[in-house]
Amino acid sequence: MEDFTPIASLIGGILIGLSASMMILLNGRIAGVSGILGGIADAHKSDVPWRMAFLAGLVLSPFAYMLFSQPFAAKLAVPDLQIIIAGLLVGIGSRYGSGCTSGHGVCGIARMSRRSIIATSVFMAAGIATVYITHHMG
Amino acid sequence: MFKKNLSALFAGLLFGIGLILSGMTNPAKVIGFLDIFGDWDPSLMFVMTGAIGVSFFAFRKASGLSLSLIKEQMQLPTARQIDLPLIIGAVLFGIGWGLVGLCPGPAIASIATGGFEVLLFVIAMLIGMAIYRLLKR
Repeated sequence: MEDFTPIASLIGGILIGLSASMMILLNGRIAGVSGILGGIADAHKSDVPWRMAFLAGLVLSPFAYMLFSQPFAAKLAVPDLQIIIAGLLVGIGSRYGSGCTSGHGVCGIARMSRRSIIATSVFMAAGIATVYITHHMG
Repeated sequence: MFKKNLSALFAGLLFGIGLILSGMTNPAKVIGFLDIFGDWDPSLMFVMTGAIGVSFFAFRKASGLSLSLIKEQMQLPTARQIDLPLIIGAVLFGIGWGLVGLCPGPAIASIATGGFEVLLFVIAMLIGMAIYRLLKR
């Protein structure tokens, strides 16, 4: 365990929690990224701008972060084909399962939804199994 | 109308800053969290603890509101049933998440900084979402 960062991760988590709190108390919406993004195509016209605004905030967040510190640039050290398969699975799976890490893992658990607690347990188990297979087998 | 877009923009910024600070936009860190049989990095448990700990109170307050604080409809999920789509979807999502260490929020928050690979992931994810939409019909 080389990079254990409990303080930064806890503070980052609190900011995520504040964001989710803003979304539910002000907008009356769940801050679930896959739902906000994937729902655009079928959303009522009046529901498109706030979705775009939230996503724009996410895209622009590294620039806001730069005011305080150098943001970490994600580097994916896996073959392109693996990236494509992963992206497809994340896209289909998050929509079919009605949520991802934010919608189920944060908001759903915070409102003690049984569906979200089960979904989070299942996708964590699947993620753990996948990492075990790709990193410790073969 | 203007208010809800502005608050969504701020919420998105805050969410993204939280993701970056917490380590969620670092795929290696996410893999380290999922690697419980290897060199396990439990940091992301602290992300969930912080995020759930704070928003728990907001959702408790929200469940008693008929309109939001800026007079928007409250739209909390109503589904209660544990069904097959929930489970299959979560399995597929988890496999994809474990394959590269990216989920939708961190992927979008990394579009500007992550280079070609992140862009490729986001495009594949959007295609995945479009495939789901076609199959649903």
